[in-house]
Amino acid sequence: MNEQAAVVSLKSVTKDFQRGGVRALQEIDLEVRPREFISLIGPSGCGKSTLLRIVGDLVPPTSGEVVVNGKQAHQARLDRDYGIVFQDAVLYDWRTVAKNIALPLEMLDWDRARRSQRVREMVELVELGGFEDHYPWQLSGGMQQRVSIARALAFDPPLLLMDEPFGALDEMTRERMNMELLRIWQESGSTIVFVTHSIAEAVFLSTRVVVMSPRPGRITGIVDIDLPQPRNTDTREQERFFELVTEVRELLRTGDRSGEELPA
Amino acid sequence: MLRRGLVFAAVLAGLWALWEAYRAFGVAVSLTWPFEVNDRTMPHIHDMIGQLFEPSRRNGPLLIEVLGKAALFTAKEAAVGFALGASVGFLIAVALVHSTLLQRGLLPYIVASQTIPILAIAPMVVVWLGGRGLPGWFSVSVIAAYLTFFPVAINALRGLQSADPRAHELMSSYAASRWTVLWKLRVPASLPYLFSAFKIAATACVVGAIIGELPASIQDGLGGAILNFNQYYASSPESLWATNIIAALLGIAFFLLIVVTEKLVVRRAPEHFV
Amino acid sequence: MSTTVVQPVPRSFGRMMGRGARDWLPAVAIFVIGIALWEGLVRGLHVQRFLLPAPSEILNTFWDERDTLVSAGLFTFKEAVGGFLIGSAFAVLVALVLARWRPLGNALMPYAIAANAVPIIAFAPITNNWFGILSPASKMAIAAVIVFFPVMVNTLRGLTSVRPESVELMHSYAARERDIFRRVRIPTSLPYLFTGLKVATVLAMIGAIVGDYFGGSQDALGIQIRRSAGIFAFEEAWAAIFVASVLGIAFYGAVALAERVVLSWHPSVRGGRE
Repeated sequence: MNEQAAVVSLKSVTKDFQRGGVRALQEIDLEVRPREFISLIGPSGCGKSTLLRIVGDLVPPTSGEVVVNGKQAHQARLDRDYGIVFQDAVLYDWRTVAKNIALPLEMLDWDRARRSQRVREMVELVELGGFEDHYPWQLSGGMQQRVSIARALAFDPPLLLMDEPFGALDEMTRERMNMELLRIWQESGSTIVFVTHSIAEAVFLSTRVVVMSPRPGRITGIVDIDLPQPRNTDTREQERFFELVTEVRELLRTGDRSGEELPA
Repeated sequence: MLRRGLVFAAVLAGLWALWEAYRAFGVAVSLTWPFEVNDRTMPHIHDMIGQLFEPSRRNGPLLIEVLGKAALFTAKEAAVGFALGASVGFLIAVALVHSTLLQRGLLPYIVASQTIPILAIAPMVVVWLGGRGLPGWFSVSVIAAYLTFFPVAINALRGLQSADPRAHELMSSYAASRWTVLWKLRVPASLPYLFSAFKIAATACVVGAIIGELPASIQDGLGGAILNFNQYYASSPESLWATNIIAALLGIAFFLLIVVTEKLVVRRAPEHFV
Repeated sequence: MSTTVVQPVPRSFGRMMGRGARDWLPAVAIFVIGIALWEGLVRGLHVQRFLLPAPSEILNTFWDERDTLVSAGLFTFKEAVGGFLIGSAFAVLVALVLARWRPLGNALMPYAIAANAVPIIAFAPITNNWFGILSPASKMAIAAVIVFFPVMVNTLRGLTSVRPESVELMHSYAARERDIFRRVRIPTSLPYLFTGLKVATVLAMIGAIVGDYFGGSQDALGIQIRRSAGIFAFEEAWAAIFVASVLGIAFYGAVALAERVVLSWHPSVRGGRE
């Protein structure tokens, strides 16, 4: 696939934090193609969340080029080319479920009728019918995160950035949310960049897994996940699934080891 | 450190300039709204400070000596009031935290107590305690305590209830008595809350001491000095202003004392300056 | 479903007023017992009338003097409310400015907090001199200054205690600073603002009454209290205190009610967890 078609294109992106002169990311090159589901995985401090924020133009890179949807990351943000989901749902306490989902639509000046139509669709998509008028504190963690996903997808952005969205959920809820996310990904046709530190989650969800290592943050390797689509609960029991999990784990281990050799 | 000093100097200079600029502007255009600006309503700041180093009356001591003594007197009243009010407030909180029934029954009245203007009860307090042979300044301390106990009681109650439920479970696993839970868990957990209450209370006790002196007819403190210089405002407004500057410094000194104590006592995660 | 749904709180009026009978019964019981005890002790022990009048006597006096007391109460109440409105409006404005230009706010915050420790009430004689001793404006001014600091500090804290992700989310929508204020900072600050406003009601009442005390219209509550206490007419003083408290509680209650309406989304209002 040629370069113009890439949804995200990173060229030797480096990020230094001023405080303490820490190099968070070093020379990151990455291309994300349309309809891909990319996971960034690595130990804490490998800069995966920072990389996600650089793609979203929420944190400026120190050097390097970031192109999103064929334009500079800054322009892409101004054009609202992506939706973002954080580890905590970051819902506004003073807004109901429906109004939280409608937030980006208000920012885009959609009229009321179009907004409520869209909110209805999104509530359907994340299966929260009947909870439109609830306030965030009345929902469980999993439901809050579903609202947050609905909010991110509400304005139909071509790109979805997710920063450990299920990290705070219990294992069972997490697996169910994984299934729902795959369904939503397929139905919405968007491209997803997903940060996690669960190997199984990364392998189960992704088309490609980007393994990163810390000090300074860099890409150790990229694993193509050739598990058949659509994935389901059986996927987790296939032999190929375990092989891929092992492969990612090995990569994480080598990255960690090479990291240790560097002076701290 | 140097930066802080510079900011401090800049803020003081800014306030001074603002005062003098408004004053000059008011005098130039003969401002009458919201009030007339002249030497009587807005004396020069350097005149207020200068007044401190003038004799308070003919052949008398310097004003700053008189006010210094008055400030010490008021500080004594306020400190005793603080100790009294903080202890009572803390004890009330300990009682309330152990009984929901008490909490529901008393809490509304603790809040309501503060809607009673203390100035109103002050004369009664002076008559009551004076009748029992207690010195006048102690009545003022009781009035100061009345303002102090409230923020301490409310915040201490919140603080005593603030410990993590799991920490309580841990205590239960040790079969700890209520007393142990209080001293090993509840009180340490309440310290940050207590200190934010103390900061409010430090101001409140100074306010209480100053206004408590008014109905108590006590002349030795800052409240008495304010009443006194208020009568001579027409001829010497700087004296009243100078007294108020000293009162302001006393309030700030009490506040800073608590801030420093907190830094020494609460050695855990540094809390906000606020 | 492994997710547990917290039952939505029914929006009945009873719930809006909060608490069932179990919650407010103890308070009512203590009120009744307290008044009965007071009355009984004063009568049974023959407590001298000038020390502590019985509640029935206070009520009688209130009834006899109701016209004077109510009109004095309303006069002072207007001063308090006026000061409250002016002071709070200024405070919110300044907090917005300081939150918008953070470096300025960060530099000035410690000074605002220190200024909060100044016994501002001591400046009441000066505002009397500014606006005229009989003018309600002098008491409004002192009440406004007293109210200013707690409201400003609370509001600023609210405006700046927004979670960073909430702001990042707005940035991801390429929101302007104005939108971030309107949609994130101001809603976040509302609970803090109301905490400040509730404290401010009590302070405004105290400010107005103490302002009266330093001289004012004959038709003001502070003057009434001072005069009746001065001639040992304590039933009348208590009757005036009664009026002051009722007005103070009504003022506080009105703001608390406004809080419930405005913050209807807030867990503490809806009976949920904080």
